Amino acid sequence: MNVLSVAVAITVGVVVLVGYFFPVPVLSGLRVTLVQWAMLLAAVAVFLGVFNLLSVHMEKIRRRQKGAIYGGVLVVSLLVTFLAGLVLGPEHALMRVLFDGVIFPVEASLMAVLAVTLLYAGARLLRHRSDWMAVAFLGTALFLLVTAAPLPGMGEIPILGDLVRPFVTQVLATAGARGILLGVALGTLTTGLRVLIGSDRPYGEK
Amino acid sequence: MNVVTIIGFLVVLLSAGALLVFSLSGRRAQPPVFREIPAMSRLKEAVGQSVEDGTRLHITLGSGSLTTLRGAPGLVGLGVVRRLGALTALGDRPPVVSGGDAALVLLAQQTLHDACRAAAAGEVYRPEAGRLTGLTPFSYAAGALPVTRDEDASVNVVMGNFGVEVALLTDAAERQGAFSLAASDNLTAQAVLYATAREALVGEELFATGAYIGAGAAHTASVQIQDILRSLLIFGILSGVLLTLMGLL
Repeated sequence: MNVLSVAVAITVGVVVLVGYFFPVPVLSGLRVTLVQWAMLLAAVAVFLGVFNLLSVHMEKIRRRQKGAIYGGVLVVSLLVTFLAGLVLGPEHALMRVLFDGVIFPVEASLMAVLAVTLLYAGARLLRHRSDWMAVAFLGTALFLLVTAAPLPGMGEIPILGDLVRPFVTQVLATAGARGILLGVALGTLTTGLRVLIGSDRPYGEK
Repeated sequence: MNVVTIIGFLVVLLSAGALLVFSLSGRRAQPPVFREIPAMSRLKEAVGQSVEDGTRLHITLGSGSLTTLRGAPGLVGLGVVRRLGALTALGDRPPVVSGGDAALVLLAQQTLHDACRAAAAGEVYRPEAGRLTGLTPFSYAAGALPVTRDEDASVNVVMGNFGVEVALLTDAAERQGAFSLAASDNLTAQAVLYATAREALVGEELFATGAYIGAGAAHTASVQIQDILRSLLIFGILSGVLLTLMGLL
C-alpha cells in the first residue's frame, strides 16, 4: 500500500510538472484533469475539517475543559449556519446578514486588536532583542512613519520626505525584499522536489 | 517553446537529479556543517525542556493551501511535525498541531500519527491532536489562540504561510511566557514576526529547518542545492550588471 501511494504521488507529480513545461495537448489535458481532482479532494477535506472542528469542541464540552462554553457557542452557531445554508441556500438574504453582521465585524475587531498588538510589540522589541538589527528595524519603521505623515502647515518634510524616504522604500527595501523572495523561491523548489522524488511523504510513513 | 521554459525545465531536472545524488551520498558520508542559527539551538533546548516539564508542544501550520504556491511552507511545517512529534510523543502531554487549511490539517494528522508510531507511542495519538481551527486567516488565528493559552503549551512552533494575523499567535505565546519559533514565506509576516516572536527565522531559513533539526539526508541535501543555486543566481545577477555597465547587454 505504501509503495503504491508513493508511486501514485510521484507519477502524478511528474505528469503535472512536465505538462506545465511542455503544453502538448495530451499532457495538458491530463494535467488539468489531475489538478481538478486535487481541487475536488481539497473540497472534501474542508468537509472533513469541519467535522474535526466539531469533534474537538464536543470533546471540550464533554470533558468540561477551560473555555468549554465558547466551544458550545461555536457548535450551536456552526449547526445553525449549516442548516440555514442547506435549507435557504448560500445566496439567501439571511446568509448575507450572517456574513455582513457577524463574520465581517468580528474580523474587523480582530484587525483593530492586531494594530494595538503590533504597537505594543514595537515598544517592547528592544527588551527582547538588543542588537543592531533590532535598532535598525525599529529606527526604519519610525523613520518611515514620521516621514509618511506631512507636518501641519509645512507638508512633506524636505529632503527626508522627498529624497531619503523614497530611497529607503524603493531601493533598500525593494532590494532586500527581492533577495528574500529569491531565497524563498529556491526553498519552494527544493521542498517540492523532495515530495516529487518521494523523499518527503506527507501522505504517510515518512 | 521558448528559451526561458527550457532553462526552467533544465534547472528543475538538474536540481531533482542533484537532490537524489546528494541525498544518497549524504546517508553514508558525514553531514556537512552549516552556519549556526541560534534560534534552532534554542528550539532544541526548549523542546527538551518541555518534555522534562511535562508541558505541551504546539505546532501551527498557517492557512496556505497545498493546491497553491503558498503550500510549500506548510510542507516544511509537516516535516517539523514529523521530527518534533516523534521527539515529544512520549511526554506527559502529547503535541498538538493546528492549521487553517483543511487538506494541510488532514496531512498533519497523518504525519503526527506516523511520528507517534515511530516513537513506539502509537496509542498516544488522538485525531483531535490535529485541528482545523478556522477557514479564514483571522478565524484560524482566533481558533489557535486557546491552544497556546489554555492547554499548557510551553513551546510554540509557528511555521507556514501567514499574514499579519500571525502576530496574535506569537503575542499570545509571549504573554504566556512560552517559547515561540516563527517563520513564514510571506514578507509582511516576516516583518511582523521579527517584532513579535521570541525567535524568528528570516527569508529562506524557513526552508532549512529540516536540516537543522535532523529530519534526514534529503533535507540536508536540499539546503546544499539551495546554496548552489543561490551562488549561480548571484553570479548571473553580477554578470548581468557588469555586461550592462559595459554596454554589451
